[in-house]
Amino acid sequence: MVGNRMDPWIDSYAQRAQGLTASAIRALFSVASRPEVVSLAGGMPYVSALDSEQFAQIAARVVREQGTVALQYGSGQGDQTLREQILEISGLVGVRSHPDDVVVTAGSQMGLDLVTKIFCDPGDTVLVESPSYVGALSVFRSYQCNVVHVAMDEQGLDPQALREALVTARVNNSPVKFIYTIPSFHNPAGLTQSIDRRQEILAIAQEFKVAILEDDPYGLLGFEGEPPQAIRSLDDQGVIYLGSFSKIIASGLRVGWVIAPHGVREKLVLAAEAATLCPSNFSQLTVSRYLAEQPWQQQIKVFQELYRERRDALLHSMQALMPTGTTWTVPQGGFYSWVTLPHQLNATTMLPRAISSLVAYVPGTGFYVDGQGAHNLRLSYCYPEPARIQEGVRRLAGVIEAELDLVNTFGVNYGDDGGRRSSPSLNPNSDLV
Amino acid sequence: MRIAILSGGLNAERDVSLRSGRRVAEALREALPNAEVIEVDLNGEFLDSLGSQSDSGHDSFDVVIPLIHGVIGEDATLRSMLELKGIPFIGSGSSSAARSFDKGIASGLVPQGSAPKFVAFPQSFFREMGAPRILDTVIAGIGLPLVVKPISGGSALGVRLCTAAEHVAPALVDAFGYGDRVMLQRAVSGTELAVTVIDSGGKLMALPPVEIVPLSGVYDFDARYTAGATEFFVPSRLAPDVVERVGAYAVAVHESLGLRDISRTDVVVDSSGVIWFLEVNVSPGMTETSLVPQAIEAAGLSVGGVFAELVDQAVARVN
Repeated sequence: MVGNRMDPWIDSYAQRAQGLTASAIRALFSVASRPEVVSLAGGMPYVSALDSEQFAQIAARVVREQGTVALQYGSGQGDQTLREQILEISGLVGVRSHPDDVVVTAGSQMGLDLVTKIFCDPGDTVLVESPSYVGALSVFRSYQCNVVHVAMDEQGLDPQALREALVTARVNNSPVKFIYTIPSFHNPAGLTQSIDRRQEILAIAQEFKVAILEDDPYGLLGFEGEPPQAIRSLDDQGVIYLGSFSKIIASGLRVGWVIAPHGVREKLVLAAEAATLCPSNFSQLTVSRYLAEQPWQQQIKVFQELYRERRDALLHSMQALMPTGTTWTVPQGGFYSWVTLPHQLNATTMLPRAISSLVAYVPGTGFYVDGQGAHNLRLSYCYPEPARIQEGVRRLAGVIEAELDLVNTFGVNYGDDGGRRSSPSLNPNSDLV
Repeated sequence: MRIAILSGGLNAERDVSLRSGRRVAEALREALPNAEVIEVDLNGEFLDSLGSQSDSGHDSFDVVIPLIHGVIGEDATLRSMLELKGIPFIGSGSSSAARSFDKGIASGLVPQGSAPKFVAFPQSFFREMGAPRILDTVIAGIGLPLVVKPISGGSALGVRLCTAAEHVAPALVDAFGYGDRVMLQRAVSGTELAVTVIDSGGKLMALPPVEIVPLSGVYDFDARYTAGATEFFVPSRLAPDVVERVGAYAVAVHESLGLRDISRTDVVVDSSGVIWFLEVNVSPGMTETSLVPQAIEAAGLSVGGVFAELVDQAVARVN
């Protein structure tokens, strides 16, 4: 007798869809959208800082004056003018290229997907930082890649660990297709590679003849000095560069880009056409007009100042309120700080208590494919206003205290749990503000 | 007629509740085309709107369908407010909901001997008395395997099966994340069934039991809400006399707890045919993969039809 599995196609799905299941963690996040909850979880840019009236006028003019183009299919590679403007922006992080080598995508997430699609067969190895961006891990898993985490230190990706991972892959006859890295204001770790570190990583990649996939959505959102120069600025043949307007204009526009060596670019365009035919002309023309008519560099400065103020609110609050033994990284830009819990508390187990206490974060295990990160969590400071951040940290500190009490009551040591290991404590809080 | 479907809320079952609300709303709009069916997320404004003329000029709701799962929705909280305001609502009253929501209290009130051996303790008891000595006594007294679960709440959140003594303390830490009291209960194995009871025109009717076979072996959150992860048999594969006994048992639970309108009793039937009580739900899930809609369909009824009748009953009850 056969029962009902509530999905008549359950036996038809591809192997890669097996991991697409419901999860209690996702269910908990549904509460985070309620206004009562201080969400330090999502990395939503603070689009309220934009002049929405200006945007409305730009969008209206796009339709009124360029409607036959904006509402029509377009080039699979993206609008020519926008690609030239993208190079102007990328020049701020030292990336020099030709508009022909730019592919416009529906956010850099699509760029990630396309690059993985053209490089990776099932089982191919991809090296990623430890921890790494959850959205990238989802893409790599969906293409059934063998994802290998490489350790980080205070300056980001650890060259020695990278070399060892490449040697191991070679010994195992498991060629590495690319090294995925977020060198500036890392998501989730909040770290930034120095220029020396970038050169070192690039030299190793060149030695092993492995491409670097450089993801740089936050590069222009530093809080001090000039923007860090992209790895791509050091090598335009060995580095594929992903950029995005999501954080410097608005994520809802869904416009990002890939800058790639010529051969890679050709394949990306064909893959992009197969996926979506073309990126949204309306969004592209809106972005292009915004860049042409508005003081966008000034707007980026507004974002930098706003996020710095929020970063400071987070760090000051943590310094004042977090229980002893809690450590965190000090981001010099971007959206995130990576927290290590005291006494190896488990951030996933603690999440229901946090949600009940009306504060949300992302448990660290989400940034690994192998169960690491149990003692870590990511805090985002980009969206809540400073007073809300302070309140969120106050609630979170209370949650950690309560969890410590619970763990002490039962003598539970998560360090021994399932052989999982913690990622290193990246920066002690004594290094803070 | 204006019908409010209350879903969402502020606990871990919010997403499940929203899906339940959408499902019932769609079904009711079809069954009652002249009614105004409004999905509402519970908040202070909603409570203000009850029993008064709202700012929009509409009357208050004629009937409320509480589909908030977990705390506030399934305990006495929301239902007490509705009773104080005199608003008709579908489902059990505040006192019986409170009894049912606490698995420890409910287990003490169901037909004698049908709840597996259990204890229920607050966290403070472990802290003040010393967890190791309590756990030694509990494990010796209840035996392994045992199940650790929050005393209230649903969707198997915070529930863990412990087959070894060293699994119990981490399971308690997990469960206490969902509430201040936790139940430790002897695990029973057998056929897992969910039995829906509907009050239809003053007569309690047990719908065909839904037999649950999770592919992973454990009916946890993922198995409950991922289509394909669990195989359901309706009617169940049990012998007709067992099915009849299970139905009668669920009706007895419904009556012994003083429930109203609709309930879902979860049981295990072991290899000897003994029926074991797990829990009862006064606001059961109504999502695409939930158990009650399957039972309703197997009985030849429709979700819209059942809820439309319950709406009439709720209104008549207050009038």
